[in-house]
Amino acid sequence: MIEARVLTKRYGPKVAVNQLSFTVEPGKVTGFLGPNGAGKSTTMRLILGLDRPDGGSATIDGKRYHDLANPLRTVGALLEARSVHTGRTAFNHLLFLAQTQGLPRQRVQQVIDLVGLGAVANKRTGGFSLGMSQRLGIAAALLGDPQVFLLDEPVNGLDPEGILWIRNLMKRLAAEGRTVFVSSHLMNEMAVTADHLIVIGRGELIADCGTQEFIGSSRTQRSVLVRTPDPDRLARAITADGGHVSVAAPPENGQPAAAGAPLAAALTVTGIPAPRIGELAAASSVVLHELTPQMGSLEEAFMELTADSVEYGQHQTPAQHPPGVAASATTAPGERSGS
Amino acid sequence: MTSTAPPVQMTPLPPGHAGFGRLLQSEWTKLRSVRSTMWSLLLLVILTLGLTALITGITAAQWSKIGAASRATIIGDPVSTILGASVEFGQLTIIVLGILVISSEYSTGAIRTSLLAVPRRLRMLAAKAVTFTGLIFVLAEVVCFVAFFLGSAFLHSHVPVSLSGSHVLRAVLGAGLYLTVLGLFSMAIGGLIRHTAGAIAGVIAFVIILEPLSTLIPGTWGNHIHDYLPTAAGRLVYQIRPVSGQVLPAWGGFAVFCGWTAALLIAWALTLNLRDA
Repeated sequence: MIEARVLTKRYGPKVAVNQLSFTVEPGKVTGFLGPNGAGKSTTMRLILGLDRPDGGSATIDGKRYHDLANPLRTVGALLEARSVHTGRTAFNHLLFLAQTQGLPRQRVQQVIDLVGLGAVANKRTGGFSLGMSQRLGIAAALLGDPQVFLLDEPVNGLDPEGILWIRNLMKRLAAEGRTVFVSSHLMNEMAVTADHLIVIGRGELIADCGTQEFIGSSRTQRSVLVRTPDPDRLARAITADGGHVSVAAPPENGQPAAAGAPLAAALTVTGIPAPRIGELAAASSVVLHELTPQMGSLEEAFMELTADSVEYGQHQTPAQHPPGVAASATTAPGERSGS
Repeated sequence: MTSTAPPVQMTPLPPGHAGFGRLLQSEWTKLRSVRSTMWSLLLLVILTLGLTALITGITAAQWSKIGAASRATIIGDPVSTILGASVEFGQLTIIVLGILVISSEYSTGAIRTSLLAVPRRLRMLAAKAVTFTGLIFVLAEVVCFVAFFLGSAFLHSHVPVSLSGSHVLRAVLGAGLYLTVLGLFSMAIGGLIRHTAGAIAGVIAFVIILEPLSTLIPGTWGNHIHDYLPTAAGRLVYQIRPVSGQVLPAWGGFAVFCGWTAALLIAWALTLNLRDA
């Protein structure tokens, strides 16, 4: 179990982590999400005692990292891939780590085989690809057979096979009752891997909940995209039924309709489900070109929640790009009904 | 590389608390497993023995042609002729290696891995310092004694010199000790500066340029300043005859050098615990 209590870290005037508190439970994969610069790596470094917090504390199974007798037997950590001496072979890198923990030489060979680096064990790590470096980092994390794992962007640089491998590894470690805390900026990866999410932005906690709950909290959940050549009449019917309508794309910006067919407008409807919208349209004799319930995704929920806390990047105003709708409007195959 | 990984739990691990001996073993693995160690130490052996052979060989061959004053200098302090220039060059490899041992951990990011394994940073520092100092001590003493025997064999017919001569043993032993402490001195600076190029440039500029320049300061002030500079003080231990204006005795100078090194090590230790890795 990992516990952070009001952790604070400043770099000069910049607050990297601000009064962050959370608990990472054993037996599940906990994803650590946040935009670039949100403080994910800093938080992990604070937990691991590499950086000194300016306030608060972090403990692993109730102890500060500094106080662990054989830390690699308690915690397996993967930092940035480039945390190895480039002139040392993979075997010797793991050997010196094993020696500090009183682990036998055979254990080094075991973890090398486990991560699939057997063929390059005696090659200097300077020539490793990013994917190979990640596997070496994973090997170092597994070395002491620890109960707690902190993995900073483990799928970074891995090929699809490697991503699947690390995903299965994390799930199995969690299934064995271990604590798995994994940071990532790949939201879809977290959606299929993590059971629980801790989301931070600008060093502050934004969400701490189950992955499904997090996706469900998205505003776009339960909204319905409707495409119709008669938006005004449909909107009146929906509003009268208690729904809420916003224009996702006016007719002139909609997809080009087939020759002779009227232009269709796209509406985003919230408050009433798709079948009811269909019934309302039928009752008012409005033609529908499309009726699509919008599924919330982790990515959308993440973008919504962190929209105000993106450190680097373009701020998008919701009016210009309604989450989810903008993307599906260009791909929805709804216009065929007009021909 | 299969996507279905074998079980993680494999063999039960032997119980036990990683003691200091294990840290020494680990630091030794680190030291021997990078190429820079082997190359630096090989260069030390080649430079030291090569220069000793070259200088004493030429001196012996040209004995009849060099002036009486030069002969008197050599007879007065044969160890300086044998070891002086070779230690002067050999020390450059020790400086570079001492700095690299720690600064390369920072430049590659390996320091973070090291500190994850040994979060008690002073234990890591101590293990690293003891391992490196031990290796350099053994090698430097062997190289200095071999160089001495080699050089004295070349000079034998003109300047009989043996370890039983006045202060000779102290000087030969002292040359090895000087190189050993210099390694630790360089390591402390590498740990403080953390950047390989900056630390190497700094220490070598100090030893080769700044320290000799201090002899230009006139009067006893100049003598005091020069003799209390770290490496100038350290060098006194392998000089048999005091040079004019020498303020410190041989062992006194070495003690001053050790004091500087200890101060730098303490500064490194303090900052290591305070700074982020």
